[in-house]
Amino acid sequence: MTSVGLEDVLAWLREAAARIEEQREYLTQLDSAIGDADHGINMSRGFKAALERLDSNPPEDIAGVFKAVAMALIGKVGGASGPLYGTMFMEMGKAVDGKDRLDAADLAAAFRAGIDGIKARGKAEEGDKTMIDALEPAYAALQEAVASGGGVDVAVSAAAEAAARGMEATIPLVARKGRASYLGERSAGHQDPGATSSHLIIAAAAEAWGS
Amino acid sequence: MKKLINNVDDVVRDELEGVQLAHPHDVKVSLDPYYIYRADAPVQGKVAIVSGGGSGHEPMHGGFVGMGMLDAACPGEVFTSPTPDQMLEATKAVSSGAGVLHIVKNYTGDVLNFEMAADLARDEGIEVESVVIDDDVAVQDSLYTAGRRGVGATVLAEKICGAAAEQGRSLSEIADLCRKVNSQARSMGMALTSCTVPAAGNPTFELGDDEMEIGIGIHGEPGRERMKLKSSAEVVELLAGAILDDGVIDSGDNVLAFVNSMGGTPLIELYIVYRDLHRFLEGRGVTITRNLIGPYITSLEMQGVSITLLKLDDELTQLWDAPVKTPGLRWGA
Repeated sequence: MTSVGLEDVLAWLREAAARIEEQREYLTQLDSAIGDADHGINMSRGFKAALERLDSNPPEDIAGVFKAVAMALIGKVGGASGPLYGTMFMEMGKAVDGKDRLDAADLAAAFRAGIDGIKARGKAEEGDKTMIDALEPAYAALQEAVASGGGVDVAVSAAAEAAARGMEATIPLVARKGRASYLGERSAGHQDPGATSSHLIIAAAAEAWGS
Repeated sequence: MKKLINNVDDVVRDELEGVQLAHPHDVKVSLDPYYIYRADAPVQGKVAIVSGGGSGHEPMHGGFVGMGMLDAACPGEVFTSPTPDQMLEATKAVSSGAGVLHIVKNYTGDVLNFEMAADLARDEGIEVESVVIDDDVAVQDSLYTAGRRGVGATVLAEKICGAAAEQGRSLSEIADLCRKVNSQARSMGMALTSCTVPAAGNPTFELGDDEMEIGIGIHGEPGRERMKLKSSAEVVELLAGAILDDGVIDSGDNVLAFVNSMGGTPLIELYIVYRDLHRFLEGRGVTITRNLIGPYITSLEMQGVSITLLKLDDELTQLWDAPVKTPGLRWGA
């Protein structure tokens, strides 16, 4: 697979929503250990709203899809994840404006813009025990796949694997952002719920676009 | 989970409908998006004050909407920040052109959503200032955390800034006043039991029958440490001691002492805590000249208490004493 179009992007987001719904309890359980026990509930509400918005008012292009998802997440998720994921999709939408198809390099560029948006709003860096710890390794893997001429399917599979490793690597970390940071050393030993939902979203792309 | 609800998904909506039915002359309720606002809003020539946060802390914030306090409050889902669309609509509904102050508790979600809302409101030509409240000494304030949480001082800031707005002060004056309240107030809380978020269905954390959590947050976030249950006097010493150790309140100061129930602790215990606090502060040369005792910033049904001390001067005392007429706080009107 060398590139993805509007239908593929929609398939990815449906898969992401399904995975989040499936893992709703698990995300909430992770969040109750170091946060406030609502991540799965909020993400599920947000992605349901995103699908409703896409179904009721189908966007004409990929940028429109990302923007619609962004608005649904900003309006329905609440917490910190709403504005953060909302900002990510908003910036991805801007990055793919006018494109009918996205190749691996386009995806990497859009993903970079999305991560930069999250970082600008949330001020988190790698190692703070946040979604960034899954997203940055995923971007690095995506970029590496692009450099070696891999297609979209290869690139997103590599990104999903890297996101999984990044997610697992949050377990020993001490949180420095968000509610988990209030726990200090007691936040170590728990997997970060934000990194986990980030992995789910990326893994959904690998599933939807896998060969 | 045992709760008096109808449907887990309708908790906030049902509550808001109840608020509207109970207080039709004081407040109006918007159900799409959710916000509570003064029935007489916008009040011409007056700076409007908007706050908001997750539900589950009632009466904060919706119960503080009315004359002398908030112009609008945006409730999120239980323990979840409200969203920018709510804050924008609430801001527009109460804006009279004199400017709008957003009072925001320092939680990452609240801060991010209010930032987005302030950006959107400014795009629509409304002058907005935001003040973040961060008074909880249980959290280490450093570059390596999200900073101190906003807790009890929020209630005091909303009352005092609301009074200043009624006097016709400007947006920048009221924002400065809000920062002053925040800089002179410190809080710390503790829990005897956990609480259950309706949508989660299970207690947020486990606490043994003989244990307590010192430095708890208002969403059941664990705090400084867990220890064996102690007496009221010993708990007061831990909480108020940590507040005084923070260095803002000294011997010789007059303070407002706010003894708050987390929701499940009854008044009889709050008065015991107040007695012990009074004695403790007397011993440290601090004089209580005003007090507030009751459930004002709660965590659902959690048993526990928080103490907030605000260093008072004549200005703050006069604004505290000024009339207020809201569902949750009412005097002189």
